[in-house]
Amino acid sequence: MDIPRSWRLRNQRYLLEGNACTSCDKKHFPPVLVCSECKSRDLRPFTFSGKGKLYSYSTVYQAPGQFEAFVPYIVALVDLEEGPRITTQLTDISPDEVRIGMPVEKVIRKISEEGERGLILYGYKFRPPVD
Amino acid sequence: MKMSMKPSLPVGIVGYGAYVPRYRLPATEIARLWRGGQDNAKLPVKQKSLPGPDEDTITMSIEAAHNALKRAEVDPALIRSVWAGSESHPYAVKPSSTIVAQALGIAPHTTAADFEFACKAGTEAMQAALGFAGSGMAQYALAIAMDTAQGRPGDALEYTAAAGGAAFIVGPAKDAVAILEGSFSYTTDTPDFFRRSYQKYPEHGNRFTGEPAYFHHISNSVSILMEDLGLTPKDFASAVFHQPNTKFPKKVASQLGFTSAQIHTGLLAPVIGNTYAGASPLGFTAVLDAAKPGDRLLLASFGSGAGSDAFSFVVTDKIEGIRDRAPSTSDYVERSVEVDYATYARWRKKIRHH
Ligand SMILES: [Zn+2]
Repeated sequence: MDIPRSWRLRNQRYLLEGNACTSCDKKHFPPVLVCSECKSRDLRPFTFSGKGKLYSYSTVYQAPGQFEAFVPYIVALVDLEEGPRITTQLTDISPDEVRIGMPVEKVIRKISEEGERGLILYGYKFRPPVD
Repeated sequence: MKMSMKPSLPVGIVGYGAYVPRYRLPATEIARLWRGGQDNAKLPVKQKSLPGPDEDTITMSIEAAHNALKRAEVDPALIRSVWAGSESHPYAVKPSSTIVAQALGIAPHTTAADFEFACKAGTEAMQAALGFAGSGMAQYALAIAMDTAQGRPGDALEYTAAAGGAAFIVGPAKDAVAILEGSFSYTTDTPDFFRRSYQKYPEHGNRFTGEPAYFHHISNSVSILMEDLGLTPKDFASAVFHQPNTKFPKKVASQLGFTSAQIHTGLLAPVIGNTYAGASPLGFTAVLDAAKPGDRLLLASFGSGAGSDAFSFVVTDKIEGIRDRAPSTSDYVERSVEVDYATYARWRKKIRHH
């Protein structure tokens, strides 16, 4: 991701900032211009709680350069408590500990590193709750 | 002459949070590799905490500060300082504190700065936050103490250099879980341990790190603070000292007249190692987790270079209500997964494949 784009999207990546439809209350992440449920264009910003359940996952063993420090890692579909299903990475878990349906919570981790000189990109990942 | 410090407005800790990564490297793994296991009887700690490959001082600071916010139940937008003390900031130029402030919803109406003072960078940030809130410039100030310490492979420091830390939100005494009674800082030019720019690993003065550095500075900060406040070790329910290993904090406690029972709760080094700037503040969160209203608590850091900050806090009855809003320090200490030296070497970039 280039620097201007990652900068623009920082509150999505850090805070799970999406939006909610003012007519039907459907929650969207990432934010949308038109509600997929009722076609309304009247949406307000909405910050997700960061709690969810694991819907599905896949383990990545081969990754491009900026991700290779994290291999193997788990790419997952997580159902957020407020509705949307999002694509994310799991962390603090090894492939043999993963169970479909397990509760997960948002944390902020390194997403990628552009070599030794470049930008470190931070953003949300999900992990099993600590307590 | 009064030497201890206290701001004109009464202030205290209104929220606190801990973070320790989940991985542990047993000291026996290091001894196996570098000493043929010969040192096993006299290892300085049992194991050390180790960050995962996607963790650094910034991500760990965000989680500890998030826990402090959960406990304080303060609107992030009311926080006027994000001051992060560490000797392992991921960038040389680009403040860790800016990323922490954005990620927690504190930005943009805040000050942000990275503090550096070896292992006392975090308590230095706490001193500043107490002054910032105590002067009325800020209603709430956030101070963070966090490190992902690195030791040169095979060096004595490799056994202990660990990762973890804590965050504190300072605010008005009426909302505090622990009210500041007074603090004191003691600083000299003592080159016991240092790392030059662009060097990955620090240099240390072996025996020089003990008496003239650790023991001299902590003894002075703590005894001057106690004398000034008219207190003796018996007045404290718990005390936390900087813990580069298991031995030093036990020895300095006994020299100052504290019992092993008084330092037990906050002594985490044996099971997680030396978390550098995070060490004494993290121990202090374990003490707050267990504290009762009315308890008087001592926190004393040490940073090479050298200096020590000492604080006396009195716990209020608000502690019971906020404790369970975030994971306890022991939740983090106990969620542990052992890794071997090879995994550690890869994650900590001691080896690479190109
Ligand atoms: Zn709608």
